[in-house]
Amino acid sequence: MDINTIRADFPILKQKIYGYPLAYLDSAATSQKPDSVINALSQFYQQNNANIHRGVYYLSESATKAYENARHSVQRFINAPHAKECIFVRSTTEAINLVAQCFGHLRVQPGDEIALSAMEHHSNIVPWQMLCEKKGATLKILPMNQRGELELDTLEHILTPKTKLLAITHASNALGTLNPIKKIIDVAHAHQVPVLVDGAQSTPHLKIDVQDLDCDFFTFSGHKTYGPTGIGVLYGKSRWLESMPPYQGGGEMISHVSFAKTTYNDLPYKFEAGTPAIAEVIALGTALEYIESIGWDFIRNHEQQLLAYATEALSSLPFIKLIGTAEEKIGVISFTMEGVHPHDVGSIVDQYGVAIRAGHHCAMPIMDFFNIPATARASFGLYNTLSDIDQLLQALQEVRKIFKL
Amino acid sequence: MDIRELYQELIIDHGTHPRNCCQLPNANHCAEGYNPLCGDKVKVFINTDNTRITKACFIGSGCAISTASASLMTEVLAGKSTQEALELSQAFKHSLTTETEDTAPELGKLTALLGTKAFPARVKCATLPWHTLEAALKEEKKIVNTESLEDIPV
Repeated sequence: MDINTIRADFPILKQKIYGYPLAYLDSAATSQKPDSVINALSQFYQQNNANIHRGVYYLSESATKAYENARHSVQRFINAPHAKECIFVRSTTEAINLVAQCFGHLRVQPGDEIALSAMEHHSNIVPWQMLCEKKGATLKILPMNQRGELELDTLEHILTPKTKLLAITHASNALGTLNPIKKIIDVAHAHQVPVLVDGAQSTPHLKIDVQDLDCDFFTFSGHKTYGPTGIGVLYGKSRWLESMPPYQGGGEMISHVSFAKTTYNDLPYKFEAGTPAIAEVIALGTALEYIESIGWDFIRNHEQQLLAYATEALSSLPFIKLIGTAEEKIGVISFTMEGVHPHDVGSIVDQYGVAIRAGHHCAMPIMDFFNIPATARASFGLYNTLSDIDQLLQALQEVRKIFKL
Repeated sequence: MDIRELYQELIIDHGTHPRNCCQLPNANHCAEGYNPLCGDKVKVFINTDNTRITKACFIGSGCAISTASASLMTEVLAGKSTQEALELSQAFKHSLTTETEDTAPELGKLTALLGTKAFPARVKCATLPWHTLEAALKEEKKIVNTESLEDIPV
């Protein structure tokens, strides 16, 4: 697989920013989209737009087919046992909120506990806090070390008979840490604790097999997997999903409605109230097919090569401190620069065509742990090159010049 | 616009070596400001005698723009009446959030911060200390939150 061929699939990468080639190093926030995804969106509206599961006419049937085909693409992509276990939601955030509300409503009682890790995104903290407040339950936090690796020895002490769920990230958006999620799930299951995996950051970078992981819930976002915004996936084991009450009431999620009583539709529709993001679902299917066409071997090798190159180059600079130095990482490098706040770093490198993220990365507890207000973060997608990283390194020297360092 | 218009010498100087960057025990007025999007925090302390601001200080953590803005603010406030300080704050924020090319003459060395205008994402960095100042002078107890403010340039 040739990187230039891949880059040619992403029209946005052809542009110049302030006269410099765009070095897009913020794929952990959102990935860029290949032509095939962009075309899938416009093609749906130009040729195929109709509401689904409703009409008896050609367009509606064809839109319904495309929508359900995308569900099968998702099923294949994460190796779910059944397509009906793949629920379309707006985002990873919504998927976690759905589980917090519906599973939480069902299973969590006063005095119960929800276990999280110290490296969660706010999306995998706040919904559980809200649940705990409502139910009188408490959060237990699995700690991490200074390298940004979870202290797995303590996991068995975190999990108690009161633990109703472990909600944990597969890979950290702020640190890049790739957690040994299968091992974690095994330990949790040995304690009869079901596990929700936040896969927002892992799904674009490595093959996900929910049956091999044996996770109870798995979530990911379309827009980080080269697909559109506004679409995400919740995978859940049927036995949980079937026992959970619906998330939202409305059309699609019902089987029969009268003013006296409503019976709910079966999976997956029980959790898909209202007209869904049809075009986005179809284009998400296209995005997953795109990833499969590139192949996991290429993606993993290429991104690990970028990570190794950037890690070596940045660690050799005495004014850079890497935040998150776990043994196993995805292509995310967080760093601070001596004497310059990350926001200033971000604004200045932008002027040299380099797009990086600066801030707390919606992970304030991680920033508190490392006692820093923010980091600058470069993150890689399958389209990045070593020269993107060189452009960043060059721009960091310009930051030093402007700050007279 | 060249990035060096934003990071002028005066901004780098005050951003990396801020003046009046300390707590002011027993300050007459004090307020905290916070930008939840980027995590910038500032706490402003003001001492006044009967009519004038005698000393202004700040502490906090933020980028060079917000630090320089707070540092320059504490310098220009000394000797001003509360009313004059509030008017200056309004004039400064107005210059940053409107299209106008005219620079209010009373801004003085604060004009060094007007380069922020060309970088809309950074306007809130420059205005955070000033919103916090206003809260301090008006005795508002709530922490100033930039996300409830309308600083988006129009």
